[in-house]
Amino acid sequence: MRSAIPLASAGLAFRSLALAALLGALAFAAPGPAVAAADTPDPVADAAAFQKYFTDKFPKLKLADFVNGPYSLNEDMHRQWVEKEEFPPYDFSLDMGKEMFSKPFKNGKSYADCFPNQGIGIRQNYPYFDTKEGKVVTLELALNRCREANGEAPFSYVKDEMAALTAYMAYTSRGKPFDIKIPNDPRALEAYQNGKRYFYTRRGQLNFSCASCHVQNPGQRIRAEILAPALGILNAMPIYRSEWGGMGTISRRFVSCNSQTRGVPLEPQADEYRDLEYYLSYVSNGLPISGPGARP
Amino acid sequence: MASTIRVRATATGDTTEVQALIQHPMDSGFVKDAKGVLIPPHFIQQVTFEHDGKNVFVADWGTAVSKDPYVKFSFKGGKKDDELKISWVDNKGASDALTAKIQ
Amino acid sequence: MKTLKRNPMQTLILVLVSAWLIGSASSAMAAGSEADFKTAYAAAEAANTQAGVLRDQWTTTASALSAAKKAAAAGDFDAAVAHAGQAEALAKASIYQATSEKEAWKNLEIH
Repeated sequence: MRSAIPLASAGLAFRSLALAALLGALAFAAPGPAVAAADTPDPVADAAAFQKYFTDKFPKLKLADFVNGPYSLNEDMHRQWVEKEEFPPYDFSLDMGKEMFSKPFKNGKSYADCFPNQGIGIRQNYPYFDTKEGKVVTLELALNRCREANGEAPFSYVKDEMAALTAYMAYTSRGKPFDIKIPNDPRALEAYQNGKRYFYTRRGQLNFSCASCHVQNPGQRIRAEILAPALGILNAMPIYRSEWGGMGTISRRFVSCNSQTRGVPLEPQADEYRDLEYYLSYVSNGLPISGPGARP
Repeated sequence: MASTIRVRATATGDTTEVQALIQHPMDSGFVKDAKGVLIPPHFIQQVTFEHDGKNVFVADWGTAVSKDPYVKFSFKGGKKDDELKISWVDNKGASDALTAKIQ
Repeated sequence: MKTLKRNPMQTLILVLVSAWLIGSASSAMAAGSEADFKTAYAAAEAANTQAGVLRDQWTTTASALSAAKKAAAAGDFDAAVAHAGQAEALAKASIYQATSEKEAWKNLEIH
């Protein structure tokens, strides 16, 4: 016989959860489309609809403006961004990244040997779908694989060295538009669709999906932060975030967004995160790389 | 070893605008590390900008200034190719200095 | 058959002792025993593991589970059972979320 106490608190927990879920759903409810999504994904149509949604929402912005996230949505923020770019806080990490990138491994090889065009000016092509492996490969993953293939220990995906390396590689691609490809391979389409599904799925006790904040509420505040639109949201990565007092990678942001909705984060570079990055990058095709960036 | 100080000073008319970014942890002493141990205070106590033998800007800092502080100010005087010396000292006695030319 | 004859005093003592035994047994259950904690914790953990298979565990579930463990280690099975019950409720809610979101995500999609 279960005693009354756990049942009562469970009942209370259920009620408070249901309430939280309801409030979450109400706060971020958008009128659902009359038709359900088609079963075969059409990335080209998706990307066009995605970009139209945001350009309609912010008609004063040029497409390229979206890559600066919240700094483009508010005059005061924009002024701060202009000032910040004169002397950006990511400068130290960028310099470190440049140094690291050119330093050879113990076996004499270097990062340049692992990447097309010596690793210069290629960031806009990542992530890509590796047809041999049947999975999405992100830039961060490729960097660590390069290290391991050359007898070096991998870096943590979330900060410091990985951020410095990706900062440098992004910098060499500044201005180049995202050019993510989905090969004619059902597995690639599936990865794309997985990423899309992840983006829109509610998770965590706070019952938010990525879309709750970045599709339904860009330009609005969540606590003291102004939310960025999902369009172009990866273009400035990696970022020096004042809140973090340091650099963070795409992996870091995915992990921290999960825990902020009270969802236990997945492992950095988990399949879901790789697919999510694939989707988000693809729908921002055509927008220029602006990384490394700075954010509040 | 690379300097912790980056500076850009631009003279326009009789005014020089100075921007500087200094690499420093600026630990307040109130933050705990991952193991729950307090990170001891480690912050710049004084930063000085000197031009033509005179201090044009001196700041006494404490724990309220954030990591990698950025400073921007203007002073009267200074012209192109003049030297500007920036130096800082922290609570552990460490210091760094850099001399730059006004653009 | 020989019936056992009790005098009224013996009957009273028998009734009182039985009542006390029943009373203390049920109060022990209401207070939560180690066995109760183990059952409740196992149930919560199982639900949370299932949520993990669905890739949707909540951080608050994990905190409730560790609070339960901590209370049990301190001998406070009352609180331990309560925390474990809450953890199970949270884990079950997360399973519900993951399951319903399998279709519900489409409602947020931009078309």
